[in-house]
Amino acid sequence: MTTPGIARPIAPPPRPPSRGRGLRPSGVQRAAAERTRTTLGRRRVVNVLMVGVTCVAAVVATLPLVFILGHLVREGASSINLAFFTELPKPPGEEGGGMANAMVGTLVLILAASAFGLPIGIGAGMYLAENRGTHLANAVRFLSDVLNGLPSIVMGIFAWQFLVRPMGKFTALAGGIALGAMMIPLVTRTTEEMIRIVPVSLREAALALGYSRWRTSLVVVLRTALPGIVTGALVAVSRIAGETAPLLFTVLGNQFWSTSLTEPIAALPLQIFSFAISPYDQQHALAWAGALVLIGIVLVISLAARFATRSRFGRGGD
Amino acid sequence: MSDASRPLVTARPDDTGIAARIEGSAIGDTVYRWLTAAFALCIPILLAFIAFEIGSAAWPAVKAFGLGFLTSSDWDPPHNVFGAAPAIYGTIVSSIVALVIATPLALGVAIFLSEFAPPWLRQPVAFLVDLLAAIPSVVYGLWGIFVLLPLLRKYVMPFLAGLPVIGDSALFRGPAYGPSMLGAGLILAIMVLPYISAVSREVLMAVPRSQREAALALGATKWEMIADAVVPYARSGIVGGIILGLGRALGETMAVTMLIGNVHAISASLFAPGYTMASLIANEFAEATGDLHLSALMAVGGALFVVTLIVNAIARWLVWRVSREARV
Repeated sequence: MTTPGIARPIAPPPRPPSRGRGLRPSGVQRAAAERTRTTLGRRRVVNVLMVGVTCVAAVVATLPLVFILGHLVREGASSINLAFFTELPKPPGEEGGGMANAMVGTLVLILAASAFGLPIGIGAGMYLAENRGTHLANAVRFLSDVLNGLPSIVMGIFAWQFLVRPMGKFTALAGGIALGAMMIPLVTRTTEEMIRIVPVSLREAALALGYSRWRTSLVVVLRTALPGIVTGALVAVSRIAGETAPLLFTVLGNQFWSTSLTEPIAALPLQIFSFAISPYDQQHALAWAGALVLIGIVLVISLAARFATRSRFGRGGD
Repeated sequence: MSDASRPLVTARPDDTGIAARIEGSAIGDTVYRWLTAAFALCIPILLAFIAFEIGSAAWPAVKAFGLGFLTSSDWDPPHNVFGAAPAIYGTIVSSIVALVIATPLALGVAIFLSEFAPPWLRQPVAFLVDLLAAIPSVVYGLWGIFVLLPLLRKYVMPFLAGLPVIGDSALFRGPAYGPSMLGAGLILAIMVLPYISAVSREVLMAVPRSQREAALALGATKWEMIADAVVPYARSGIVGGIILGLGRALGETMAVTMLIGNVHAISASLFAPGYTMASLIANEFAEATGDLHLSALMAVGGALFVVTLIVNAIARWLVWRVSREARV
């Protein structure tokens, strides 16, 4: 202890294992082994059982999708014809008619929502990706999650109070703002993720070549992340395309052609809703057809988004 | 080669062109930073603006009824008496029904996909379950009205009422019309399932390999590994996923409006029709008779806003905690 330079061992050296006792199992050990043998069978049965249970859960969880899609096709396909895509809805009780104006209306609403939601979402996402860890970035990220969880009906009454009430009439613009606000959090988060996975070396290379930071961000980083951002935008569009609740008190619906942002406008989900709760069988049939078209649009957009990401990652691997 | 070296040659310290460009880029950088910060600030501003707009519109009703608004069950627009208790009760009950049905299923799917499923099956099944989240609410409602409710009325409700012990309980009493708390809860269960299972799958996959290997090395079967080592590790993340699903269920509007029956009443029976906060707004807002009626509906919306805000904040915090631990 007193002699400097000689370090005391921190722990005593490990004792050589005494093998003598382990050769013959004691009574306790034998009993334990016996118990293990008897319980092992039961444990294996439980294991197989739980594999089965989770497997059944997976099957049950996919069943509603199959039922819903199957029913949509069966009920809706018969009402889908050329008139459905080209004609206005007929008054109740009359045969025929279509949802052409509602489809155009949905398109207008999507464009209006994108014009409002995409710039803010992408800009905010760029800020979040390039200023990680700052208080503002953390707060914005959290609040964007909060905004994402906001019920769509709340967004609807907000847009009503903000735009419809002061203007004194229902407008497509109010619906577009409500839907656009719903797009913002989704676009923000995907933009942030996509910009983050752009390699730092790319940014550094641009800076080393004398690019200023802002040109690096816009010309090099944003351009590299663009396919991913487009995917995020598509996902956001597919989410709002079928929204009904924010449109109830903002765009109101319209039985006629309108593409004006300052007039009430028809929308596919709204039209499906009003036909679904109407008492006429003929309108029910149109509602099914409309639902089939709506879900077709939503699925095509989400599949496009999915494959866009996949091909991009495939190319990145080369 | 000469192309690449050219900027170096021109970048002499006394070159005024370069100096001007550097200065210019500094201005550009500042503008760029402020611009993106402004976009980022739009999110808090938007949220605050929503809160302000709804809050100010709801103020007359809050002033008129105070906290009694949340506990009174009188909803009488002609006499300007409003109490949101039935809607609040319906919101809670339908969400609980949804979670009770969806949670075990979603957990089962998540465990199957993250632990048991062969790799070639993982992607397609996960995709199919995720697709449930892509179906618009109004399509769920349409399917619910014409397929689910008749099924409930004809088969499920008589079956539940005929069960030996629980069939006699207050939960399954009364005539089976179809539009009911049970129908709304069931459709909500289908709708929140993809959210819960997606989050659960993610946190289960974030559990470190060493955790699994340690359990297996101790002689655990695969299920014991999941139940004793993997799920406990991911527990708070899974709870976060469930609460996230709760947030979705609380605010879901169209499908519920189409299935719940829209009756201002509190009934213990799941067969009875009811109301939720969201469906109350959806149903009455367009036909609100007076300013106080509108304001009361706004107050319901404000309450929904606050509740979902709290629920989502808790959920995010729980999920964030797990993902942070997994990263360390």
